[in-house]
Amino acid sequence: MPEHDKRRRLTRGERLVIAAPYAWIALFFLAPFALIVKISLSHPTQTRPPYEPVFDLSNGVSGLWERISQLGLDAYRGLAEDNLYLDSYLSSLTIAGVATIICLAIAYPFALAIARAPRRLRPILIGFAVAPFWTSFLIRVYAWITLLKDEGIINHALMALGLIEAPLPMLATSGAVVVGIVYSYLPFMLLPLYAAIEGQDPALREAAADLGAAPLQVFLRVTLPLSRRGIVAGALLVFIPAVGEFVIPDLLGGSDTLMIGRTLWNDFFANRDWPAASAATVTLLALLLVPILLFERAQLREGRR
Amino acid sequence: MSGARPLRLAALIAGFGFLYAPIVILATMSFNASRLVTVWGGFSTKWYAALLHDEQMLRAAEISLAAAALSALIASINGLLAALALARFGGFRTRTLFAGSIYAPLVMPEVVLGLGLLLVFVALGVERGFLTLALAHSAFTMCFATVMIHAALKGCDRTLEEAAMDLGATPFRAFALVTLPLIAPSVVSAYLLAFIISLDDLVIASFTTGPGATTLPMRIYSQVRLGVSPEVNAISTLLLAFVSVALGLSALLTRGRAKGGGAG
Repeated sequence: MPEHDKRRRLTRGERLVIAAPYAWIALFFLAPFALIVKISLSHPTQTRPPYEPVFDLSNGVSGLWERISQLGLDAYRGLAEDNLYLDSYLSSLTIAGVATIICLAIAYPFALAIARAPRRLRPILIGFAVAPFWTSFLIRVYAWITLLKDEGIINHALMALGLIEAPLPMLATSGAVVVGIVYSYLPFMLLPLYAAIEGQDPALREAAADLGAAPLQVFLRVTLPLSRRGIVAGALLVFIPAVGEFVIPDLLGGSDTLMIGRTLWNDFFANRDWPAASAATVTLLALLLVPILLFERAQLREGRR
Repeated sequence: MSGARPLRLAALIAGFGFLYAPIVILATMSFNASRLVTVWGGFSTKWYAALLHDEQMLRAAEISLAAAALSALIASINGLLAALALARFGGFRTRTLFAGSIYAPLVMPEVVLGLGLLLVFVALGVERGFLTLALAHSAFTMCFATVMIHAALKGCDRTLEEAAMDLGATPFRAFALVTLPLIAPSVVSAYLLAFIISLDDLVIASFTTGPGATTLPMRIYSQVRLGVSPEVNAISTLLLAFVSVALGLSALLTRGRAKGGGAG
């Protein structure tokens, strides 16, 4: 829309409306990022807070300049040299990627089935499918411990059926983390997929069928391509937070399941190395920059419609 | 097309089974007299009784509820204002920055937000505790509230407000008397949503709260790390029940709005 292209000044009344939310965003979203970057460039110390300030205006501009010349990239050098971080990043991306694909594979038929249900039932079905998202995340992850542990329900059932003789070690593995992510983030995948499938004009499918396309062909050549936007949105909504996930790898993963959220948490809380944790955060954001920008673009487009 | 029907039914059953089975099992186990997951020791409410005597758990629940109530209030007011700006102000300067900053926290890993917020509080020299917790929660739940209210505002017929202004109402009066009642259910829903998200948050709370204000998820988390316990099953079930009621309320409100809106 052209009216959005010419950027205008806000009127006084409008400024009054936007002031409070803008202040909140600046203070609690933009300032934090500036600080994370700043502290990632400082040196760890034994003081409280455990970092040496970089930009301190008390010495005036000349003092500031002196500081900048001493800016430390130590924390980043530390990251690059430490295999723990490299492994954490790689393993986070892999686990999140695998989980996103499995999530899509489960959510697509589910979303399709809901979108093709009688019109009257659709809101109820999608409501119930998304409802678990609002219930406690922590508790839903915790529920899987009961299912997956050695003396848990799945192992118990498998042994009772005589399928296995000794319990399968399922808890404390990367597989358990993938299951946890798929389970916790399924509604995020489901909702955009459902919206994309449900919004399609049924006449398109009918036309394809009239022209002789088999049901599978109709799906592959009409329904699937038309739901591309939903697939992309769902995949981003799952992948981006999953890469930085802390709770799931911590509760369901083993001590060898490295994920960056967990490494960062330990750096911060256990090792009290704030510059390292901040540098790890900046690197994480850099890794996620492309998917986050894609998500932002989709949202901004959506928000203007 | 009828051949696809059993397949769709199977997809529905599998999907809902996957989503609900773990929750149902957890809730069932909270009534199990036995400590063992695989042994049914009979129906019992003793774990709930044990909860009532767990002072630390009760205190944590109190703090979580208070933080959720306060942060959701700030979040829904700010969310309403932000949604108004997004829906009504068109393409103002810095719109992209504003909108982008609203949407980004929706997907941002929580550890990133938590660490950033903590650094702000440290830089400001604020002692961490209940207040910083509530402020931090208000900041990130505001984004969810904005998206929800924005959706309702977009669906709102603007001509009604314009009619009110033609009849001499000031823009503020027109908004307060015409549009606000129309979107009120979604504002209440946004409050409930912000409340629930705050109540559930572990990561951001761990970064931003202080020693005196341990939240319920933090308490549950430290117990869960020690292993599965029936008391945790019980508190989890209570929380699930609480959230289900809040969710049901919110659904009823939005349904009422959808019906009312359908006529217009």
